[in-house]
This record gives sequence, structure tokens and C-alpha cells, in this order.
Amino acid sequence: MKRNNLFIKLIALTVTALLLIGGLAGCGKEEGDSSAASFRTLDEIKESGKIVIGVFSDKAPFGYVDENGDYQGYDVYFAERIAKDLGVDVEYVSTDPASRVEYAATGKVDLILANFTVTEERAQQVDFALPYMKVKLGVVSPDNALITDVEQLNGKNLIVVKGTTAETYFEKNYPEVKLQKYDEYADAYNALLDGRGDAFSTDNTEVLAWAIQNPGFTVGIDALGNADTIAPAVQKGNTTLLDWINDEIEALAEENFFHADYAATLADVYGDAADPDNLVVEGGKVE
Amino acid sequence: MQDSGINVFFMGKNFLRLLEGLGVTLRISLIAVLLSLPLGILFGMFMTWKNPLAKAISRFYLEFIRIMPQLVLLFIAYFGVTRALGWNLSADVSAVIVFTLWGTAEMGDLVRGALISIPKHQYDSAAALGMNKAQTFGYVVVPQTLRRLIPLTINLTTRMIKTTSLVVLIGMTEVLKVGKQIIDANRFEYPTAALWVYGMIFLLYFLACWPISMLARKLEKRWR
Repeated sequence: MKRNNLFIKLIALTVTALLLIGGLAGCGKEEGDSSAASFRTLDEIKESGKIVIGVFSDKAPFGYVDENGDYQGYDVYFAERIAKDLGVDVEYVSTDPASRVEYAATGKVDLILANFTVTEERAQQVDFALPYMKVKLGVVSPDNALITDVEQLNGKNLIVVKGTTAETYFEKNYPEVKLQKYDEYADAYNALLDGRGDAFSTDNTEVLAWAIQNPGFTVGIDALGNADTIAPAVQKGNTTLLDWINDEIEALAEENFFHADYAATLADVYGDAADPDNLVVEGGKVE
Repeated sequence: MQDSGINVFFMGKNFLRLLEGLGVTLRISLIAVLLSLPLGILFGMFMTWKNPLAKAISRFYLEFIRIMPQLVLLFIAYFGVTRALGWNLSADVSAVIVFTLWGTAEMGDLVRGALISIPKHQYDSAAALGMNKAQTFGYVVVPQTLRRLIPLTINLTTRMIKTTSLVVLIGMTEVLKVGKQIIDANRFEYPTAALWVYGMIFLLYFLACWPISMLARKLEKRWR
């Protein structure tokens, strides 16, 4: 009997401890967020004086943190403008590719501005606003055997990274191009440097930035295939905020805002190698 | 050494940011460890209970926590709870809950192992000396169990400190994430920064875990 008593006491203690944790968790609930699972409307954001925006913190030049701990980049430049035009402060939340959808879907952030490519699967979970950027495929090759037209690739070895849009695009549209597939970007670039392949294809933003770093290589084709668009995302059903963002993007077209954004954040990285019109989308219109 | 990657530590507040990141890492992991140790001891004792229901409960809890990757648990606590119940837990609280649940399960199993490793003749001898259950437990079982537990507990503690790097996925910038931010912000100017930054993070983790190992060694010596 004694033994049992001891254990019953222990169980009681454990249960109490677990309840305590539960209690702590309850206290952790952010105040005034009784409807936390749902989004904050435009008016609620304005009233709170703060918009919470999810951005990348380690994807220069789109979203990164500078040496003073401040957020910078193409996405952040836009975020700052949104906050300014809303008349609120901005609080950045650092997101990762794997958690972006969840952040927007649960309303933990009001808005995602993290180089978020619009796809059908994602559109079922979040609402996308108008695009403010587009990505196509780029092909980088050595200067002494520069590929400037996709037809030149016939019969040649093209390096791609497995699982990228480049792989599927070339398999589908140019079956006569010989593909050399690698698992990692680093391996693919090394293969190009070693001359194991004639050219390398992936997102144009990626190859453009790489070519600047590696003299002797040039992006001969900087806009191939269908444009994937990059757009802000909000929690599903948050129409007041979504409409406001869409109006904002349309209004900003008049001052060519995203070209200014490009000049401020991306131009240094891409230099003369890229044509801003191949990356930037003004007023949400992709031609 | 004009373009050496080591320069990134002296730019702006970079070094301070790394230390702040380490602070986040240590805060989450140490709170979780401090909660897990007592809860784990209780859970371990609970696990040695022969009652079939208790066995089933403890087995289920342990296996559930063990099989689920910590990343999934973090997502459930941070995003899943918000989706399902509408509770908006902060990232800090979610992380502490998940690491405490995990630490309790692991610690519980360690305690269980240490408890059942005490040979039966120790209990018999205690009984022969006329000790009751509580005395047997307090004077014979616990002292021996604790000694066996120290190295295992230290192992678990350092493992918890390192595993907290997963909290980046729920938006917390701990030391590893700060390191990645610094590497990325400088990847065009200082391509070699990665080696330096990861080297520094290695050193910081080492400095965080070394005192714990030292403390354990001291305790082991004293209790020998």
C-alpha cells in the first residue's frame, strides 16, 4: 500500500507540473489576440500601429540583415514603403523557405514578402497579391564558348540541379539537350568551372549573381521559359489587406517604384549583366 | 589580410549579434533543461511502475516524442496549435514547451534505465537492515542512481543546447541563424566568411557546453 501511495503522489505531482506548463503556455498567449487564428484586418493593423511582415533574413539581396542588425533588400525596401504608406511601424519576422506558407496561413504575420513564388499549391493555402517581380530561367556559359540562344545547346551538355524548374523545362521543351544533373548548387557550379558541361541553367537571378562573381563567365540567355511571378501573400480571406496591397502596387507603378527598388538593392549585385525589365514587375502586370 | 573573412566580425554590431544569438540559444535550452530534469526524474519513476495503464501511458508518450522529429513538434506547437485551437503561442513559449516535452521523455528513460539497473540484492539488503520503502529509496537507490545519471544527463543537456538551432524555423534568430545572416550579407564581398563564422560558432557552442562538462566531471569525482 505504501508503494502505491508514493506513486499516486508522484502522478499527482507530474500532473500538477504538466498543468503548470499548460498554465505558462496560456500566459504566453499574446494579449488581445483572442481571435489569433484569424487574420488582422487593415483597420486592426492601422489601429495597432504596427504591421508584422515575414521576410528572409539570409537571402541577399532580397532579404538580409546588415552588420547593424537592420533588415535590408529588395523585399524589405517594398515592406518599408508599405509601412510608410499605411502610416504604421513595421516588425520583421525572419522566415525560411519551409515555414513561409505556415506563417501566412496561420496569420502569425500579416504579410509575407519573402521572394515568394506564386504556385497553385501555395495559392490554396494563402492569398497572393499582384506580383512585384518575376523569375525566368537563365543560362550561364564560359565567355569563350558563350551560349546566347537556346538552339545552340542542341547536342551539348547542359548542367542543371535536380528538382529545379530548369530540369523540367529542358526535359519537356528541349529533349535534344543533354542534361547533366547534380544534387547541389555547389557541385553544379564546380562542374561548370571544370568544363564538365558547356553551360548551366537555373533561375536567372541566381546565375546573374554568380556570373558577376566569376569573371570569364557570362549569362548569355537571361530570360527563358515562362515567367514565375513573385508576390506578397496574406492569410486566406484577408481581403481588406489584400485589396489595399493590390491598390498600392498599382499606384506605385506611376512612380516606377520597383525600378527604384531594383536600383537601390539589386543593381549592385547584378550590375550591367541584367536588364531590370526582365526581373521587375510594375503595377502587377506581367506581359 | 584585407579581404580575409575574419573582418566580418568587426563590422558594425556583428559580433554582438552573434553573442545575442547565443543568448537566445542558451535561454531556451537552459529553461527547457531546468524544467526537464525534475519532470524527467518523476516521469522515470512513473515508468518503473508495474501498473499496465501507467506502462501504456508512459510508453506512448516516450515513443511519440521520440519518433516525432523535434522539427515537427515545433511546427505543431507553433503553427498547429494556432490552426487547431486558435492559441497564438509565442515562438519562445512554443520552443520551451517542445524542448521540455522532449527533454522530459528522454530524461525519463534515462532515469528508468538507471533505476532498474540497481540490482535486486540492494533492495533485499536494505530490507534485511530493516529499512522501509522510503528509506531504501532515499538511502540506497537514489544515491546510486544519481551517480549513474550524471554522464547521461550531461549528454542530454549538451544535445538539447545544440538541437535548439531548430528554432529558426519558428522565426527565432539564435546563434546559428545570426551566423548565416552574416555569411549571407557578406557573400559578395567576403566569400570566405563562412569558414570564419562557422569556426566562431563552433567556439561559442564549445564555450557554452564546456563548463557543463567540467561541472559534471567535478560532481562525478566528488561522489565517487
